[in-house]
Amino acid sequence: MEFFRIKKDIPFMKYALVLNAISFITFALAVFFLITRGLHLSVEFTGGTVMEVAYTQTADIGKVRETVSSLGYQDVIVQNFGTSRDVMIRLPVQKGVTSAQQSEQVLAALKGQDAEVTLRRTEFVGPQVGDELVHGGLMALGMVVLGIVIYLAFRFEWKFGVAAIIANLHDVVIILGFFAFFQWEFSLSVLAGVLAVLGYSVNESVVIFDRIREAFRKFRKLSTREVIDHAITSTMSRTIITHASTEAMVLSMFFFGGPSLHYFALALTIGILFGIYSSVFVAAAIAMWLGVKREDLVKSQRKEGDPNDPNAGAVV
Amino acid sequence: MNRYPVWKYAILVVALLIGVLYTLPNFFGEAPAVQVSSAKATVKVDSVVLQRVEEALRGAGLAPDYVSLEGSSVRARFDTPDNQLKAKDAIQKALIPDAADPAYIVALNLVSRSPAWLTALHAQPMYLGLDLRGGVHFMLQVDMQAALTKRAESLAGDIRTALRDKNIRHSGIARDGQAIDIKVRDEATRQAASNLLADQFAELQVVATPEGSEFKLRASIKPEAMRKVQEQALKQNITTLHNRINELGVAEPVIQQQGLDRIVVQLPGVQDTAKAKDILGRTATLEVRLVDESTEARAAETGQGPVPFGDEKYLDRNGQAVIVKKQVILTGENLTDAQPGFDGQTQEPTVNLTLDAKGARIFKDVTRENINKRMAIILFEKGKGEVVTAPVIRSEIGGGRVQISGRMTTMEANDTALLLRAGSLAAPMEIIEEYTIGPSLGADNIERGIHSVVWGMVAIAAFMCVYYMLFGVFSTVALGVNVLLLIAILSMLQATLTLPGIAAMALALGVAIDSNVLINERIREELRAGASPQAAIAAGYERAWATILDSNVTTLIAGLALLAFGTGPVRGFAVVHCIGILTSMFSAVFFSRGLVNLWYGRRKKLKSVAIGQVWKPEDTSQLRSVAARGDQ
Repeated sequence: MEFFRIKKDIPFMKYALVLNAISFITFALAVFFLITRGLHLSVEFTGGTVMEVAYTQTADIGKVRETVSSLGYQDVIVQNFGTSRDVMIRLPVQKGVTSAQQSEQVLAALKGQDAEVTLRRTEFVGPQVGDELVHGGLMALGMVVLGIVIYLAFRFEWKFGVAAIIANLHDVVIILGFFAFFQWEFSLSVLAGVLAVLGYSVNESVVIFDRIREAFRKFRKLSTREVIDHAITSTMSRTIITHASTEAMVLSMFFFGGPSLHYFALALTIGILFGIYSSVFVAAAIAMWLGVKREDLVKSQRKEGDPNDPNAGAVV
Repeated sequence: MNRYPVWKYAILVVALLIGVLYTLPNFFGEAPAVQVSSAKATVKVDSVVLQRVEEALRGAGLAPDYVSLEGSSVRARFDTPDNQLKAKDAIQKALIPDAADPAYIVALNLVSRSPAWLTALHAQPMYLGLDLRGGVHFMLQVDMQAALTKRAESLAGDIRTALRDKNIRHSGIARDGQAIDIKVRDEATRQAASNLLADQFAELQVVATPEGSEFKLRASIKPEAMRKVQEQALKQNITTLHNRINELGVAEPVIQQQGLDRIVVQLPGVQDTAKAKDILGRTATLEVRLVDESTEARAAETGQGPVPFGDEKYLDRNGQAVIVKKQVILTGENLTDAQPGFDGQTQEPTVNLTLDAKGARIFKDVTRENINKRMAIILFEKGKGEVVTAPVIRSEIGGGRVQISGRMTTMEANDTALLLRAGSLAAPMEIIEEYTIGPSLGADNIERGIHSVVWGMVAIAAFMCVYYMLFGVFSTVALGVNVLLLIAILSMLQATLTLPGIAAMALALGVAIDSNVLINERIREELRAGASPQAAIAAGYERAWATILDSNVTTLIAGLALLAFGTGPVRGFAVVHCIGILTSMFSAVFFSRGLVNLWYGRRKKLKSVAIGQVWKPEDTSQLRSVAARGDQ
């Protein structure tokens, strides 16, 4: 079997401008939704209490909400979680009432209404923890960006590092944009997923850059644009197959992983799809516009004495 | 060219063997067990306890799989839960004569069912996180400011005593926040006081400011001393929590420090959060009372008469009755510290108590009036009092520094000090994070996690085998080895597996296949360009390696950043993610190459390789014909 029977290099870079315009619009939309709607942060970030209770029969959400509100809580979110019998209750942080009292009070009230209800899970996070998580998340993001730029600058050239990180940060913003638009819950595991995606899609860019470097060395007569086209075309098959495989794993998590992994898998799915797009079209195009040249890569390679370099023998 | 030297195969075989060995314990499941651990800081679980447990079980006619001493607990494993319950009763009867005052905790637990020889190799299953086994998690924040204030308070008392001892006259000592202000009248006294402070109170730094005709000395705790105070406060709170949680009878509680001022408490299997929180938040109280020395009381002490009116009877740690007066002289609130030490003259072990200003004043009056009488320090926990120590008052004790000495070993002094401190928390704590996971949810999470990994792997394996034929099979085997090594390393590290950890495992596998796709595509490409099969394999692996390394390093950078800045679930994710990347490089490149070499390497005249159809563009004028057949 061979899916990809490409006869000659596809001129991707001819459409670079259009593709980047699409990218830019998606990016702008994502930023717009992030600003206007904001992220629906989980209690881990905002502080508060989440309870998950299970009923033996289909739960009456309205009644549950009424019961909880009657305890004097405002801004209570009550919704089904996974199945119609599981209910998730989210309570804001309340001054003067400790977490201990909160969850027990609510459970007692719910038990009064239906004795069959059981507590599956509670989660209480104090407001001070949330701030630290935001700080930690941003620090992690910063470290990833810095680490990758430095590594790529060292292995390739700074232009590639910058191009890869711009392209992939754009993925991250788009994932966040999706979460803002659909108001999906943004939890710690989603954050982990987003950062993992960042590493993963840079991976994609690296594969293409690697090919660009090789093509520069092999085809001395091709222009930069043709070299990039060739690199993308020749990695096409690998790109699609790899991502399809990874996506198969992610979908497996989406379908079998239950509600806890739902949004994590969703973030990865969006990340993988946009990761392909941005690595192939955006990263390479930015590198092109930043003006990568044959000399940037080929010369530095000789110094390193890459054993794969076909010209290595020429150096005395 | 596609041959590995023997030593490379040897590495592969050894890695595989170690992988199997350490993954194995995870498949045996868990067996019911009874765990005996200490309920009191003063009771040690050692080989003597082990023998008693063995005897008790023999007496009850129960045959455990094994009984062993692991760390500070004795565990006995049984084949059925029924025997487990019987054994618990038998052990409880043998070790705990008085149910109201247990010296040991006998708890039901689950231990790995893996055979003893695996355990002897330290091959143990991964530790399951709370989200997979159910339980409660608390994060408590210690109020360090309060700890410092308390310390300053106690230092103020010490300074007062020290100045009096040296006959340095001051016109007032007061604590102001975490600093201590000492007022003195003239320059000479200021000098003397400064010298004294510098001499005896190394942890204080002093600044003198003239205030009208007087001088004010402002002493504050040095930063390094502050750190020490905070460390001690945290340590004491952890000790106190340990003591309290012991009551819950949890088999494997986790109580550990996180950061500078936080304590994480994890109680696997506990469902009753209300009780857990109640116990965590409770303060044991300490009371100092006088021992009734009257004849009636003496008689009551030996059990020959009723307890006199106005008195109460408590037992000390050796079970000896002590009759004390109901009137409370001091409570634990007045006690700021208790440390073991040595008497300067007799070199006897002592316990040194520090009282706050109010406590010191009362103590001075009481001791003056009760010389040669006994005084009892009683610790109340669970509403039940126990006499920690009942020393005789030798002389009037002023200044709030009390030394208890006589007939004590160093160990006893340590234990007594610990018990006195355990009565109270060094600083108040607040629950800032709490998770409860029901046992059914934990089981569901395990099942879901395993399903995700298994079905994802099946989908990838099926596709790889169809698309890349034999090379797909190699890749699939390599992927399997990756899982094996990943689980083996996690088991070796005794890492805690959580649901995000399982997700990371799934993701690691999804990403690991990338390396094999890269290699296989490269080999096809080489074949397409007309290379001979052997050359194509060699070139495919070599060319792909640089790319694989680069892409894995970038993924690893993201993983390490998560590890460094993540907490809780993110950390669990990051650990598995990072290890998964490392194992994938080994299995996808080194191991799969080994398989390929083993299969194809010896055939000198290899005509074709089973890597699926290699399609070639029709325009092959500049290419040599390739020996690869299509559609195998």
